Amino acid sequence: MLKIKTTDRYDITPLRSFMTNILSLLAALVVISIIFLIAGVNPLFAISEIFSGSFGTFYGIKETITKAIPLILIGTGLTLAFRAKFWNIGAEGQMLMGAIFATWTGLNFGGALPSYIIVPLIFLAGFIGGGLWGIIPAILKIKYSINEVISTLMLNYICAEFLMMLIVGPWKGKTRFGFPGTDNLPDSAILGLIPGSRIHYATLILAIICAIVLSVIIYKTRFGYEVRVVGENPDAGRYAGINFLKTSLILMAISGGLAGFAGVGELAGIHHYLGYPASISSGYGFTAIIVAWLAKLNPLYAVFSGIFFAGILVGGDAIQISLGLPAATVQIVNGTLLIFLIMGDYFLNHKITLKFSNK
Amino acid sequence: MKAISKSFHGIHANQDINLFVESGEILGLLGENGAGKTTLMNILYGLYQPDSGQIKINDKTIRINNPIESINHGIGMVHQHFMLVQNHSVIENIALGYKDTPFFFPKIKIKDKVEQFSRQFDFHIDITKKIWQLSAGEQQRVEIIKALLNGADLLILDEPTSVLTPLEIKELIYILREMKAKGHMIIFISHKLDEIMDICDRVLVLQKGRIVGAADTKDTDKKSLARMMVGRDVVFNINREKLTKGKKTLSVENINVIGDKGLLAVKNISFELFKNEIFGIAGVSGNGQRELAEAITGIRPILSGKVKMNGQDITNKGPRHIYDNGVSHVPEERIRFGIAPGLFLYDNAILKQHHLKKFSQRYFLKYDQVKNHTKTIVKEFKVSTHSINNQIRNLSGGNIQKLILGREISEQPQLLVASHPTYGLDVGATEFLRKHLLEIRKQGSAVLLFSEDLEEIFELCDRIAVIFNGEIMAVLDSDDKRFSDIGLMMAGSIRIDPMEKQEC
Amino acid sequence: MEDIIISTLQRAMVAGTPLLLATTGEVICERSGILNLGVEGVMSMGAVVAFIVTMTTGQPWLGVLAALASGMMFSIIHAFASVTLQANQVVSGLAMTMLGLGLSGMLGKPYVGKPLLIKMEDWVIPYLSDIPYLGKILFSQGPFFYIAIFLALAAWFLLERTRLGIQIRSTGENPKATETQGVNVFKLKYLSVIIGGGFSALAGAHLSISYSKSWIEGMTAGRGWIAIALTIFALWNPARAIWAAFLFGGIFVVQYLLQPLGISPNFLAMLPYIATLLILLLISLKDPKKLNAPAMLGEPYKRSER
Repeated sequence: MLKIKTTDRYDITPLRSFMTNILSLLAALVVISIIFLIAGVNPLFAISEIFSGSFGTFYGIKETITKAIPLILIGTGLTLAFRAKFWNIGAEGQMLMGAIFATWTGLNFGGALPSYIIVPLIFLAGFIGGGLWGIIPAILKIKYSINEVISTLMLNYICAEFLMMLIVGPWKGKTRFGFPGTDNLPDSAILGLIPGSRIHYATLILAIICAIVLSVIIYKTRFGYEVRVVGENPDAGRYAGINFLKTSLILMAISGGLAGFAGVGELAGIHHYLGYPASISSGYGFTAIIVAWLAKLNPLYAVFSGIFFAGILVGGDAIQISLGLPAATVQIVNGTLLIFLIMGDYFLNHKITLKFSNK
Repeated sequence: MKAISKSFHGIHANQDINLFVESGEILGLLGENGAGKTTLMNILYGLYQPDSGQIKINDKTIRINNPIESINHGIGMVHQHFMLVQNHSVIENIALGYKDTPFFFPKIKIKDKVEQFSRQFDFHIDITKKIWQLSAGEQQRVEIIKALLNGADLLILDEPTSVLTPLEIKELIYILREMKAKGHMIIFISHKLDEIMDICDRVLVLQKGRIVGAADTKDTDKKSLARMMVGRDVVFNINREKLTKGKKTLSVENINVIGDKGLLAVKNISFELFKNEIFGIAGVSGNGQRELAEAITGIRPILSGKVKMNGQDITNKGPRHIYDNGVSHVPEERIRFGIAPGLFLYDNAILKQHHLKKFSQRYFLKYDQVKNHTKTIVKEFKVSTHSINNQIRNLSGGNIQKLILGREISEQPQLLVASHPTYGLDVGATEFLRKHLLEIRKQGSAVLLFSEDLEEIFELCDRIAVIFNGEIMAVLDSDDKRFSDIGLMMAGSIRIDPMEKQEC
Repeated sequence: MEDIIISTLQRAMVAGTPLLLATTGEVICERSGILNLGVEGVMSMGAVVAFIVTMTTGQPWLGVLAALASGMMFSIIHAFASVTLQANQVVSGLAMTMLGLGLSGMLGKPYVGKPLLIKMEDWVIPYLSDIPYLGKILFSQGPFFYIAIFLALAAWFLLERTRLGIQIRSTGENPKATETQGVNVFKLKYLSVIIGGGFSALAGAHLSISYSKSWIEGMTAGRGWIAIALTIFALWNPARAIWAAFLFGGIFVVQYLLQPLGISPNFLAMLPYIATLLILLLISLKDPKKLNAPAMLGEPYKRSER
């Protein structure tokens, strides 16, 4: 009989960790292929289509980078939150709240101010909006021990409805012909694009700076140290005298604030007005969870995993059109990847040996 | 059991062990912490599989793959840490393990049977109570009922007395003798010589996973057993110099603290602690020691009363503020509180200290200093690790403990609150640690030592308080003659008026 | 006025039914110590499978069975990840949600917007349905309503009055002790996760073939997450889940009742989510020790050899 024996592994090297990730992704790819096969699509074709659609053409690359911007911003923010085992599933709502704050700022002050003032201002407003929406679940968790997964999710729904309330009600634009949506932001508040693309470079640069700053915060500062201790063992955090409320507030302000940045980027870089919630964010908040996880909660790696998943989004769009697959396909791909990534951790932490025995 | 061997990560926990028991016999298994007693019994109970060797019952070789098979072979085990579901009632716990529990309405249907058993052995337990409402002795009786109901011929008791008061120990011994008279076999695991001599017919001595001695208790004495157990003649002989106590460091005034169960765990306790003094708190664990330690160090809120450090009020000030006032803490549940398992050794070496100027500059940590500091602790406290860039979860329990001790002691605290600091350490490390505690005492620290080990308490402490059920039964100098009755104080039967203590 | 109240309460029962099913399932699952955040995804799977099978075979009960089976099978993924591989249960649950929403979206794409013409007959209970007021509200409902209440009571009986129930609860409280009593805790955890998944899928089936009689992507609208919150609100007791779920059903229905009053429909749509937060807030004011949460909820259990 074949016996499976597992023992703990104590020698986890970065290389092994990286290889486990790669193998997990490959295993996920196999499963995704099977799903495609069942859906009546040639998996090799579909997968090659995904990657050629995203990285294979110049247009694809430009689109991939465009979509990577919000993913990197939100993903880096989530690495910080997840380090503290604060399961922020509410980036979607925080992003929208950032966009709402930025819209208000842009519409009210944008006309009178030059670009170099209004652009930083709307980003600041977005950070504040996302951050405030982010600290609500932090307060609820620490003060009232309300599970943050549920509260952040509920706040997503609430924020989306709130946004709808604004754009069909008081903020409804005169130029929208009765459709929900605000007027366009003034030109000074619109972000510049790299010519021939939709890449709003200001946000891209901001995203990369954020990733660097966050990795310094996590690995070099006292705050980062406290976040890691709390995440590893909250009881030890208590024993060490770490102020949970303060730590959670700061980390959720940052995590939500970065999602807010992403919202501003989408608003001022792509849409130029506040419209339907689903158009501002097409599920970036959720995809970013996998971005953070694939990055092993390291903000710098999140830049690369953000680009990778942006590629899947863009490629997913491509096969939706060429193969007639539903939009949900991307979610299948994401869900499968995520589940294989966490399953892979088991094989990283355990040594598995097969033994033949007679009994 | 024949030629049993078992190793973990290449370390032999059991090597070539032979053991037999006859019916109506109580066999003692003697050995220090970590000698491999529990591992051996877990093999017999089917929790671990031996790497080699055989188990026979009535001359038939059997293989025990899991606890069910073990129960079916008539083996019952009372673990050192009770295997009880705290939030469930007694009857639910019994129904969980009883093999004839019916599927429907289990609680009602087995009630009679349980009550009959508990009458037979004179257990007095309310079976509708939740486990957490019971005393340790009562919980142990629940465990024994569980084993007996399943028809255990052989009962293994792992360190059964470690959580009991002297009175409860007497009751346990009575129960064991009853069982013996009825023909049961009992394996009694302990590291306490007195009990083994008192209870057992025969004794096996384990050391570092091997059997190093066997004897009938009537043919041997404590001294020779002790020699076998430790492998050499050791009598801890630490010389505690007489020191005159310095100025008052800590004062605890009438504090009340709520325990995990929402009940008062510390009741109106007051005491004072001075420089150059080790103050011991003796008592059976679970009588409020943990809550008291956590309350003083700020992890647990104090309901009423005051704690002052050098005259400054530190009541409920939070662990960091209290640490900054010179209080270090070696917590009782070290793995739970003391470390962040996935972080590196050097991260863990500054758990309580990371905010100090020495290790951090405004917002940033000074990792160079942190690493140097860690290296010092590792060297001084002989923590065995291949590198300080190692996740602390990869270390053994003893080494983790050494790191925590090093972290809390090396800074020469004004007050050290230490809960069971030597529990689980080997002989050498224990000796080292005890000397170190006396050393910091000499240099002016005050130490508040919680321990169950009376030997340790009497060796180290200048004054000793006995705690029972959240109250202090007596505070006396350690050489006070009235301590001949410490057993009764620990059981709450004698209380010495606090007024008397003032005169000593 | 009387009619409005009766029909509101009647609809509250209907709206509460999927919440009750899903909450009951989650209670069983969490009692064994496994947190399943994938309810939303499993529910969505159940909805689409029930809809497709009912539509193609014309047999709603076949649809229900298919949904049940799909939910149970789908949940094995979560059980495997969180029990066997000791993975992080939060993340695994999120992955289940994504996967469930994605798969159901893909499977259901050809069916979007198609109305279901087959109707499940209401079960009008003789005599009882003639009781004034109560008869209409409680005893002339669709079959899912009765099934949900029956299953909740059965779950309560299972957990509190059977040996298996004691074993499941002990597993969630103290898996190590349970294992030393000769109970296979891994099996029990699998069982509980799978039963929980089946219940969530039933909730989805109710949504698609009984409640709205159609399928669109995202039709579960966060009900799975609300069920997770209700599990806490019900203090992990299926009997309490009954009134908790119908209370929430009422909140869903109140939206429609208030709409004519000129309140923003978007604001009304927020109500269930705000109510969820408020209810959790309410619960937290209770003594956390009395919350009755399984002690080892969400902690991966590792059979240890030191």
